[in-house]
Parts: sequence; C-alpha cells; structure tokens
Amino acid sequence: MIRRLFIANRGEIALRIIRTARAMGLVSVLGVSEADRHSLPALSADEVVVIGPAPSAQSYLDVAAVVAAARAGRADAVHPGYGFLSENAAFAQAVAAAGMIFVGPDLASLTAMGDKLMARTVGIAAGLPVVPGGEAADKAAARAQAAHTGYPLLLKAVSGGGGRGMKRVDAPDQLDAQIDMAMAEAQAAFGDPRVYVERFIARGRHVEVQVLGDGHEAIHLGTRDCSIQRRFQKLVEEAPAPAIPADKRAAIEVAAVNLARHLRYRGAGTVEFLVDAETFDFYFLEMNARIQVEHPVTEAITGVDLIEQQILIAGGARLSLRQGDIRPLGHAIEVRINAEDWRADFRPSPGRVTRAAWPAGSGIRIDTHIASGGEVPPYYDSLIGKLIVAAPTRAQAVALLARALDHLTIEGVDTTRDLHRAIVADPRFVTGGVDTRFFEGLAA
Amino acid sequence: MSTPDLPLSPEDVAEIAAILDGTAYQRLDVTTARFRLRVARDGDGFTQEWTFGEDAAPAATVEAVATADTGPGIRAPLPGTFYRAPAPGAPPFVEPGATVGPDTVVGIIETMKLMNPVHAGAHGTIAEVLVDNATMVAKGTVLMRLDDTAP
Repeated sequence: MIRRLFIANRGEIALRIIRTARAMGLVSVLGVSEADRHSLPALSADEVVVIGPAPSAQSYLDVAAVVAAARAGRADAVHPGYGFLSENAAFAQAVAAAGMIFVGPDLASLTAMGDKLMARTVGIAAGLPVVPGGEAADKAAARAQAAHTGYPLLLKAVSGGGGRGMKRVDAPDQLDAQIDMAMAEAQAAFGDPRVYVERFIARGRHVEVQVLGDGHEAIHLGTRDCSIQRRFQKLVEEAPAPAIPADKRAAIEVAAVNLARHLRYRGAGTVEFLVDAETFDFYFLEMNARIQVEHPVTEAITGVDLIEQQILIAGGARLSLRQGDIRPLGHAIEVRINAEDWRADFRPSPGRVTRAAWPAGSGIRIDTHIASGGEVPPYYDSLIGKLIVAAPTRAQAVALLARALDHLTIEGVDTTRDLHRAIVADPRFVTGGVDTRFFEGLAA
Repeated sequence: MSTPDLPLSPEDVAEIAAILDGTAYQRLDVTTARFRLRVARDGDGFTQEWTFGEDAAPAATVEAVATADTGPGIRAPLPGTFYRAPAPGAPPFVEPGATVGPDTVVGIIETMKLMNPVHAGAHGTIAEVLVDNATMVAKGTVLMRLDDTAP
C-alpha cells in the first residue's frame, strides 16, 4: 500500500506527478536540489526534502543522496519521472534495498532494455522485426555482414550514441574506405573500434506505442508519432500516428504488446519503432521503461491517467483496464516549449521568466512549472512547458495548435515558440505523416 | 513550505475560459493569498497567466560574481559555469598577454548540459582574467579584461 510517494524529479513532470498523487489521496514528498527549493513543484508538494546542491550530479543523479532523501521523507514508494535516474537499474535496486517501492518496471526489464544491442536481442527473441544488420568485429566481418544486409547501409559505432561515428555507405565499392574511417573514429571517440552494420532506411518515421503491463497481462494505448526531431531531440509529438494504413498500425501495436508480454512487463512503457515512410515496414528500436515526456497526447485521446496507472501497478494491483476499454478518440498534438534561442543554434536561455501567459481554453492543456516570475536555472534541461491540444480530427487539432501558439507569450527568456509556429505552418506538417528529415527542410 | 492544495487543475482553467467565452467580459482575475490567476480574452482565444505570492517568488538561483561593469571586457554571453580550459587538466584557452581576435575562443560556459564557447569579440590583448575556473557566472559578467588599444 502506497501512502507517501517520493518524487525524484523536477520541473513540469514533478508537478504532473504531484497532481495525480493528490487526486489519489497520497502524500507527495518532493526531493529538490538547492536550486529548486522555491520552484512551483516545491510550493505544491505536501512535503519537500533537499537532496543536495544545484548540479544534477550532486542531487538528482546521486543515487545515494536521492535514496537518503526518500528515506528521510518516510516514503514508501519512489516515482522517478523521466530522465535522471528513471531507467537506472542500480537506482531501482537501491530503492528496493531501502525497503521502498520503485514506481517502474522490474529490474529484469530495466536491464533487458538497458542498451540498444541487448534490446535488439530481446526484441528478436520476442518475435519483433528489427532493422536488418549486425555487429562486425573487423573489416572482413563487416564485409560479410554488408553483403547480407544490402545497400544503402549505415556503419555505427557499437559503443557510440547521438549520431557520432555514423557513416552512410551507398555502394559496395565505398565500403572499405568507410569501414576504415568508421573504425578509426569509433576507436578515437569511444575507445572501442567495433562497428555495427545496419540497413539504411532513407525515409524513416519514429512511431512508438504506449503499453501498460501488470506482469501477467499487457495492453496498448495506441501509437504516437515523434518524427519531428532535431539531433535526436523530439520537438513535436502526436497521437495517434497519422497517415499509416490501419492494418500496419494494428500490426505495430500487436508487436509492442508481444514485447511487453515477453518481458512480463510491469508498469508503463513505450516501445519505439522505425517505420519506413514509403512501405510502412516497421522495425523495433528500443523500449523506454518509464513515463515519457510526450505521455499527455496519449492521455488526451484515451482518457487514461498514465501516472495513476503506474502508481496502481507499482502498488501491486492488477490492470483494471482491458484492451477493449481503450477506445482512442480524436487527435492530440504536443509541442515542447524550451528556453532556447532556436535561431542561434538552439542556445540555452536560462533566467527569470518575467511574464508567462500560456494559452487557455477548450481542448488546450498546459503542463508547466513556470509561472510569471518563475526561474529557469542553468543546471538542468531547457523544457519549460508543454502545450497539448486535442480535437476530434487532426485538421482541427492543427488549427487549434496554430491559434494556441498565437496566445503564448513568454518574456525574460528566449523560447522555441516561433519555431513551432513555423512547423505548424509548414504544408508537410499540415498534411501529416512526415519523416525524420522534416526539420532539415523547414523554411523558417 | 507545504500548501494544502494546488490552485486549479488544467480542466478548471479550460472551464473558466469556456464560462468567460459565453460572456461579454474580457478577463477574469482570481487573487488569493497564495496566487493570482488571470484568464483573459486574446483575439480568437484565451490566455492564462499565473503569479504566485510574494513568499512564493523564486529566489535568484545564480549567484553572480560581482565585477566592475566598466571598461572593455569579455562578458559571459549566457549564465552558467565558466571554464578556462577545454577539459580538466588541459591548458587554458588563453593566458594574460595573449593576442586575440573577435573569433578567438577564450573559454567555455556550461549551461543546461551544453558547452557554449566564449569568443573574445574584439581584437586586443588579454589584460587580466577576472573569474576563476569552474565559477558560476551570470549573463553579462565580465570574465576578462581586454586591452584593445592598438597593438
């Protein structure tokens, strides 16, 4: 039985979790860094415990300090939110060792989804399609793998991430030179020369499926499309994923549920797929074993409070929802309002928000921790709020989003508002179903 | 620190806007000891603006390094942690006496997990470094004095 819930996070997601905790009659105990003592979440929580100094490494990312703060707050459960320690197996273990419930999946699921190669192996075992390819320890192995995979292909560093050490190879005669370069770069950047050969999907979409599991049963809550990204950072998310044939969408949803069943997954999770924008063939990428930033678009079309489901499942309850209970209605779109000067290469823009006027009205939801006078500290990420719109059709949601952005005024820091205005005015976005190259082609 | 209840849910605010929409009023202000909410008509839609009480006003989180605001200097382009060298243990980007141009990188500022270069911004000679390595600085803090008299 959970009575006192410790929230090991900050910003809008901390406030979001406090709201649901309150609605469920739980005592919310918020862990804060010194910089966040006077934040809106800190003012809203029932109780506040200081974890440590402002830098994340000494507060929100310090496993021992967070667990100590949760114990000091006499919590019986810990909600990690997203980011920070939310997918850290050692943290989940430490929380359990201290006699508290970790609001998240079992250690086995966290470990299985811990790195991309491991996730791929588990995905294959669960019968999910994965992008054709494989690891290559040396040049000869890479050649053999390339012959198998076909062209165009991507060479990726096994230990890499964030796009570093990636090479595109269009034809066999370019392979040797590119392998040499990829291995040298991988060695220099990550101290590990191993590369990974993967089929290159020219026009790919990022589509993910929200799942809930209780260790016995698993259901899905439909798709989200997050193809509009910059350097692998999502900017816009919508639900359901638009312009996908119904049979393909259903197949993606079934695959996600199959993975959750295979893992005997407990909690809320997101199964990510790469979808070919031309053929709609789909490939499993990874699973995020936590709540996602973009969860409100799913809540908007299903009416399910995902944080409440997480807490109920963590408390030991079986799923009360059946697949047939989930009947997504309408269309929802979320844009992330970040404190960044997007015209100056997205330079961070922390500081005091002198005025924050957020849009309001029917079909509009604002998840933010920033009111007029609010402080955006320089220590953490730049998300200051999310604007979520919902309407019966996608066209209506797009129109509502355009109007809502016109009624959004943030003074004191730079924001990505005008970037979103450019996106919402782009004919490709209005049509729907864009691929991940959308941002490169944005005329702003 | 604890407050008995969150002011209003997003659904409450949407409802207030809907009520306002059916009237001739331009805006509705709710002021309590703890917060002020203004829901206002704005063209074809509505805005919501929150302010929390005096006690709730967030304290400044950046302790700025006090420096004289006069003379030519290289200023922090944004708030964050100032570093003089590209990596721990590496030699500093510049030392006093170094000749620099507008695009010379003289340091970096770590903000929101990103490293941002600090450029000299003008031709000249570094006269003095005013801020220690790994110090939190406010936007506009003078980091170095630049002697920009003709070389």
